[in-house]
Formats: sequence, C-alpha cells, structure tokens
Amino acid sequence: MRHIISVLLENESGALSRVANLFSARNYNIESLSVAPSEDSSSSRMTIVTSGNDDVIEQIIKQLDKLIDVISVTDITSEDHLEREIVLISLKSEDFGQSKLKGNDNIKIHELDNNNVILELVDSPNNINKILDEFEDLAFSVVRSGAVGINKTKQGE
Amino acid sequence: MSKNAQDLNKKDLFTGAEIFVKCLEAAGVENIFGYPGGAVLHIYDELFKQKNVNHILVRHEQGAVHAAEGYAKSSGKTGVVLVTSGPGATNSITGIADAYMDSVPIVVFTGQVRTNLIGNDAFQEVDTVGITRPCVKHNFMITDVKDMANTIKKAFYIANSGRPGPVVVDIPKDITEQEFYFDYPKSVSMRSYNPDIKVEDSKIEMIIEAIKKSNKPIIYAGGGVINSNASEELTEFAKISKFPVTNTLMGLGCYPGDDKQFVQMLGMHGSYEANMAMHDCDLMIAIGARFDDRITGRLDKFSPGAKIIHIDIDPSSISKNIKADIAIVGDVKKILKSLLAKIKKDSVNIPNIDSWWKEIDEWRKKESFSYKQGNEIIKPQYVVDELYKVTKGEAFVTSDVGQHQMWVAQLYKFNKPRRWINSGGLGAMGFGLPSAMGVQFANPGSLVCCVTGEASIQMCIQELSTCLQYGLPIKIINLNNRYMGMVRQWQEFFYKGRYAMSYMDALPDFVKLTESYGHVGMKIEKPKDVSSSIKEALSLKDKLVFIDFITDQDENVYPMIATGKAHNEMILS
Repeated sequence: MRHIISVLLENESGALSRVANLFSARNYNIESLSVAPSEDSSSSRMTIVTSGNDDVIEQIIKQLDKLIDVISVTDITSEDHLEREIVLISLKSEDFGQSKLKGNDNIKIHELDNNNVILELVDSPNNINKILDEFEDLAFSVVRSGAVGINKTKQGE
Repeated sequence: MSKNAQDLNKKDLFTGAEIFVKCLEAAGVENIFGYPGGAVLHIYDELFKQKNVNHILVRHEQGAVHAAEGYAKSSGKTGVVLVTSGPGATNSITGIADAYMDSVPIVVFTGQVRTNLIGNDAFQEVDTVGITRPCVKHNFMITDVKDMANTIKKAFYIANSGRPGPVVVDIPKDITEQEFYFDYPKSVSMRSYNPDIKVEDSKIEMIIEAIKKSNKPIIYAGGGVINSNASEELTEFAKISKFPVTNTLMGLGCYPGDDKQFVQMLGMHGSYEANMAMHDCDLMIAIGARFDDRITGRLDKFSPGAKIIHIDIDPSSISKNIKADIAIVGDVKKILKSLLAKIKKDSVNIPNIDSWWKEIDEWRKKESFSYKQGNEIIKPQYVVDELYKVTKGEAFVTSDVGQHQMWVAQLYKFNKPRRWINSGGLGAMGFGLPSAMGVQFANPGSLVCCVTGEASIQMCIQELSTCLQYGLPIKIINLNNRYMGMVRQWQEFFYKGRYAMSYMDALPDFVKLTESYGHVGMKIEKPKDVSSSIKEALSLKDKLVFIDFITDQDENVYPMIATGKAHNEMILS
C-alpha cells in the first residue's frame, strides 16, 4: 500500500543522504522524496512517498526514527491530510490546443515563443497522473516535484 | 556557548589539537588506539606533550578499532580510536562495521584533509563521513573549531547511550590549527535523540499475565543484557521463575554458563535442548536479542506455538524478523527491575513447569556438544575443554571467526558477563588478537586468551608487534586444522566436498613467527600434551605465548541447523 510519511529532521549537512541511504541500504521502495526547510530554519521537513506492506512500513518508520538527526516521523496516510504536488509539462502549443485539457482552469499556461507551452499545475499526485495520461501519445517532457503532505488538524505536522 | 570568545584573553586560546586532547581528558579517556598520519600530526604532537591520555600504537587501523572494541566490550567504557585520513579511515571500516553490528560503544576520530581541499581529490582524501554513514550509529565532520568540544561531547554521549554503537568524528587538519577557547560541556541534550525511555507499567502487567498462563516458557537472552549490565536482574528473574535460559552468541556470560537452568547457546550451532525448547515453547521471553537469521533459522517454522515477549531498547529490532505479541521498548535493566518488583509485590504465582523440565532433560541426554578424544589426533573441542578447565572458566576469551569460535561458545562456560569477546554480527576474521589487546588494556593483570585458527590469525597477525611493544601477555590458542574450517564444513555439506580455496597451503611456522616477534611459541601435536602446554603458557605470566595446536582436519561443528531449516531439523553428527 502507498504511504505518505512526513519527517522532521535537523537541517544538517548529510541529513538528506542519511535518509536516502537508509532506503537503498534496506531495500525499501521510494516513490518520491521532497525536502526543504520547515517553519524553523534549523530543521527541515521531508515528505516521503513509499509503498510496502504493514510490516515494511512499520520498519521504515522505526528506522527513520532511529536516525540521530530525525526529530519526528509521522505516517500521515491514514490521517486527515492534504497532499499536493506541482508538475510542469512542456509540449507543443498545437498539441495542447487539441487536448481535452484546454479550458481546465486549474492549469496555468506559460506561452513560449518557440510554439511550445509550459503547463503548470498543482494538484494531488493522483489527478496529475490522470492528466499526464491525456498526453500519452504526444511528445512532451515533464518535471514533477514529488508529493508534499500536511496534516489538516495538527499545526505544523 | 557559555562564554563570549571576545571577552577572553589570548592566553585562554588553544589550538584545535590542544582542545581535542583536553576534550579526551575531560571525557575521562584513559587509552586510545591509533596510528598517526599527515592529517592528524597536530593532534599527535599534542598527545606527545601530555601524560593523561595513553596512546597505543597498533600496526594496522583495523587492529585499532578491534582493540577499542575489546576494550569497550570487556569494560563497558567507550573505546576510542584515532586514525589519519584516506587509508587510515578506510582501514578502520571493518572494525566500525563490526561495532555497529554488535552494538559496541566506540568513538573513532579520523583525520581529514584541509577544508579548502575537501572535494578536490586531495592526497589521502576520502569521503569518510559518506563511506561510514551506513555502518555508524552517527557521524560528524567538524567544520569549525568552535564546534570541537560540543561535537566530541555529543559523540561520546551517542556512542554509549541507548543501544550503543560506533560514532565517527572526522576532523580536517586546518581545524586542529585554528584557535578557540576550551569549554567542555557538562551535559548534552538533543531534541532529536532521547535514549531515556520510561518503562510502561501496563506492559509489565501483560508480561506477568503471560507468565501465569505459560506451561513451556523459555528465556532467550542476548547481548543487550550485557550492554545494559542486567546480568544480576536476569539471573534473579530466572531463579524466581525457574524458567530455562538460553543465550545468543553475544549473550553468553549474561547468565551463568554452568547453572543447571542454562540450556546452552541456541541457533545454527546451538544445543539440541536449546533449539528444541525454542521450537516447542509456549512462551518466549526475548531479552536484549534481535532474532538474527543465525538464531531463527526458517522464519515460518520458528516457534510455531509460542507467545513472544520482546524486551529491547531498539524499537526497530522489535517485529523486524519475528512478530512480537508483547513488545516492551526500553533499557533491559530497568524493565527487569520493574518486572521483579511487581512479581515480588504481588506475590505472583509462577506456574509449575516440572513436566517441561522433564522434556528438556530428555533433550539434554543427546549431549549434542560431545566429541570423542582419542590418543593420536587432537580434537579442537578438547583444547577448548582443557582451556576451560585449566583457567577454571575465569579467563577473558576473545575469538576470531569460524569453527573455533563456535567451539568456544559451546564449551567454555562463561559465568560472568563481558568475559567472552567475539565478532558476532559481522563475523570479521582478524578480530581475535587485536580485541584481546584491548581487553588486556582494560583489565591489566587479568588472564586474556585468544582462541583462533590458522586462517583468522593471519588477518591481523601484525599486531604481535604491538603486543611486544606494550608487553601484553596474551595467550594465543591456535586451533590449526590447515583449513578455513567453517568454509570447509559448508563445502563438505553443501558442495559435495569440493574444497575450493579453503585449504591453507604454505602456512608459516607459527613458532618461529612468534619468536621473531619476541614472544614464546609452542607447537603441540599430541592430545596428552594439551593440558600441560596450556598450564605452561599460563605460568609464563609476563609473556605472550602462542600455542599452535595441530588439530583434526575433518572435525565439524555440530549440531547444525542448515540455512532455511527449522529449529527441530538439526544435523546432530
């Protein structure tokens, strides 16, 4: 099952690679990982999207928590949370014009001089996947930020 | 920072190297094991000028770390290592990984190239922090002399609290030149690390309820009991409950090895009674043990009818391999104390398990560690047995890795914790001799024996030189079967006797080799000389003695649970 895990960790050099290293060393899946300073510049907040059965997820959380730089780990999957990702899609203006997505108010369009457009969209990873399906047969390139998530009830978690 | 640097006089300033040595003094470090090199020369210069911290020069950095491990394991104190950058750091990795696997508190200081050269592929530069990251509890690079004292304080705190482990501190050379004042912090607190875990009373209740309902209980105790200094509490719990006790390889000595409730070591080369009892038990109380694959064998056939209680300080050890029914996270000593207090306070009625003991005693009759010593060829087990008798079980014994290690674990009955020093998790050949040096430094005047094999001993044989320099009277018991014995055994069992590369051809004359280092060497080929040679070696109190026992080439370690088999599927002979 897919899980979204929020990690608060010390903003120290090497903290990111400790986490990345843990996932490769212990053969855990990692779908996406995003990290940036939190509300307090001495710590960073990381959102990890991973998958595995309950036992694997339990170990991932425990192993993350065991890292000395990690302040707290929360699996927000089952909590009431908001999950968002930003995606940038570059494709031919013409292709975009013919697609079903023209007129979608959520998409911000950056017109370029070279007959290309860059589409900018913030949405749930699931919806972004659906949108990308629309371009399946076209030439395009895509950059995704990976998901970030926040609990809706607790401040700062 | 408690003081403002600008308010201080010039005379209060010290170089990073001076601060480093002052920090070691403040941390109460008596001995450090190391090897000098370019990046740490400022530090060595400061070590030269003082007398409080004793530096022991090893002959290879792997030896330094194993020595620090032996020092730490036998004393409970933190072992300390100082090596240079590049190859100094890479040579120390095996020891660091070993300390990580076996939860040994050590702090390893590595020199590093100057900060302006980092990343430039400078001479003797490696990314030490990066290389060691997967095999340390934590690591640091000091990038400002102002952080020196605080980082060293943290390193010692992390290494020897919670589940102990190795901490690496990488120090670029220019940091040891920069000046700052010296202020070693009295205490340290970290928001991201708090090893002090409160015992949950409700869990103690659950354990007691499970005990009341059990008919076939077993206590399975590991190295965590030793790390937590909880042998007394464990023994009291066993005596009150009358439950059988088995030990992991790392736990040997945490419960008296010659006690009648002790059913010996369990696992791949454990006793018949320990493994059968583990398989058939209805209540398993795992204490400071981690259900390693060499312990559990086949996971889906592991103790099918048991309720499992798991007591451990590391939450990630719980339900990693085997699902715990009752998990209690915390310091083993504190938890056992709470459990004992509750049992006494409530006068808990512990079930009578006489019929369970009858079953166990039947299994015991197999005498699964037995062997037959004839008149001609020395059986390796016989040497261990005689060593046990002659030393009255009172020696510190280190070992290398392989058959000889298993025979010591099976036959030398350790009655006290911290007497049995070996490489369990990593299984690092070369561990025995340097770790014995560390044990001897931590326990001057005590008898330290290193049981090894002709393959293992050659991996760190250079440390014989260190032993000469410091007059370490270690007794080396070499079980020489001219094979990498455990490799040979697996090749006999699983590769139809194709002994690929396991024969030790072109062995040195160990007697001459030992003598060339200024020690005493003996070669023993007949069973009748085994006991007397050990006695003679022990009588040479100030000398390192290397006894080369020429042993049976074909002897195997039994019982054996082959990989992928269950506890009740042992090969007995």
